[in-house]
Amino acid sequence: MPLVEITDIHKSFGLVEVLKGVSLTLEKGEIAAVIGRSGSGKSTMLRCVNGLERVQSGRIVVDGLEVTAPATDLNVLRQRVGMVFQSYNLFPHLNVERNVMLALRKVRRMADAEARDIARAMVAKVGLADKLAAYPDELSGGQQQRVAIARSLAMQPTIMLFDEITSALDPELVGEVLKVLEELAREGMTMMLVTHEMNFAKNVADRVIFMHQGNVHEDGPARETLLEPRTPELGSFLSAVLH
Amino acid sequence: MIRELGPNDIVYLLEAARWTIALALIAMVAGGVLGLVVAVLRIVAFAPANWLAIGYINLVQGTPLLGQLFIFFFGLPLFGIQVGAWEAAALALSINASAFLGEIWRGSLQSVSPRQWEAGAALGLNYWQRLTSVILPQAVRISIAPTVGYLMQLVKDTSLTALIGFIELTRASQILSAATFKPLQVYGLAAIAYFVICFSLSRLSQHLEKRTHAAR
Repeated sequence: MPLVEITDIHKSFGLVEVLKGVSLTLEKGEIAAVIGRSGSGKSTMLRCVNGLERVQSGRIVVDGLEVTAPATDLNVLRQRVGMVFQSYNLFPHLNVERNVMLALRKVRRMADAEARDIARAMVAKVGLADKLAAYPDELSGGQQQRVAIARSLAMQPTIMLFDEITSALDPELVGEVLKVLEELAREGMTMMLVTHEMNFAKNVADRVIFMHQGNVHEDGPARETLLEPRTPELGSFLSAVLH
Repeated sequence: MIRELGPNDIVYLLEAARWTIALALIAMVAGGVLGLVVAVLRIVAFAPANWLAIGYINLVQGTPLLGQLFIFFFGLPLFGIQVGAWEAAALALSINASAFLGEIWRGSLQSVSPRQWEAGAALGLNYWQRLTSVILPQAVRISIAPTVGYLMQLVKDTSLTALIGFIELTRASQILSAATFKPLQVYGLAAIAYFVICFSLSRLSQHLEKRTHAAR
């Protein structure tokens, strides 16, 4: 059974239909890069996976939980589905360690000492062990984003969603964040990432999903799909972003 | 009989200023607790609670504080509830403060970025946990300056209770001024006392703002 199963989802914001019947599946351990022009619905699709956006119709099942069923407790689902945002969204009133500890303490109901151990291990994993006491506004964008990844990983999710996580970064900071993702990929984490980093998609992702006008337009192995696009839409998109 | 303004009179004014401070403190605490409830009712995703809070805020903010003081002081006894000037003043000021603080805090809560709610949600925090662990601490930081600004207003508003005969700084000044016939000196002293109270609050605000971490 696939880890993520999306079947014919439709989503509108007011009169604008953003998702027009998207279907796709993701196996455990798979890394899918979702690409496409702005407005193609890729971020919205990603946000539907952990229920941050509700769909108007269609069905999403993640790790055996039906996201689209009204009775599903989304807070339980979200403990298994990590998400990292473009704008980091660290909690500005908490230092790095406390940012990572918060959900462990509140959601997992861990004692402070236990949560602190996990937080320290996760922050060390993203290479920021010396920044545990720093507040978000004392960190660079790349460092903040790595903390955001650590915060999400601390909950031991079965899948991670990344929503354009390098788009707000200065170019010289993109590398340090992508390195963390590569490390996760090596560990076999299931990942779905909306990205504009085509090289990263080509080298690290197993699969590329190209979204166009609210639908999945192409879906195939990463290298092959990016090097030899089958549709003119993907071809013109790629030539626009690569040059 | 007109007499001179002496050191005893200054002590008398300072003692009356204690009641000004006590009244403001009570209104701050009781109004603060009630105001927090008003702010939360105003933002929860439950329409009847929002309407209730909006109605309450409009009613209190849309009527004069003096009228509210009169209603509690003269109105409650008509229903057989005996209240003194002290109780009526504390009640009216607390209710008044709850509406104003509720609105200030509602604004502060809503000025925390919706992305902070999302970040909390994405980690599996439930609504209440997001509100108390993520949003409230940031809203508190934002609310410090307007809250203290309102509290200074509140300190000065306590002077209205002189009109129902509560002897605080202003009423004491009236009495003293009538006895000594030195209104300029007496009210000047009262003004200095009000200023000292409010200036202390303003310094407290700056101190608190420095201590908390800013939201970007």
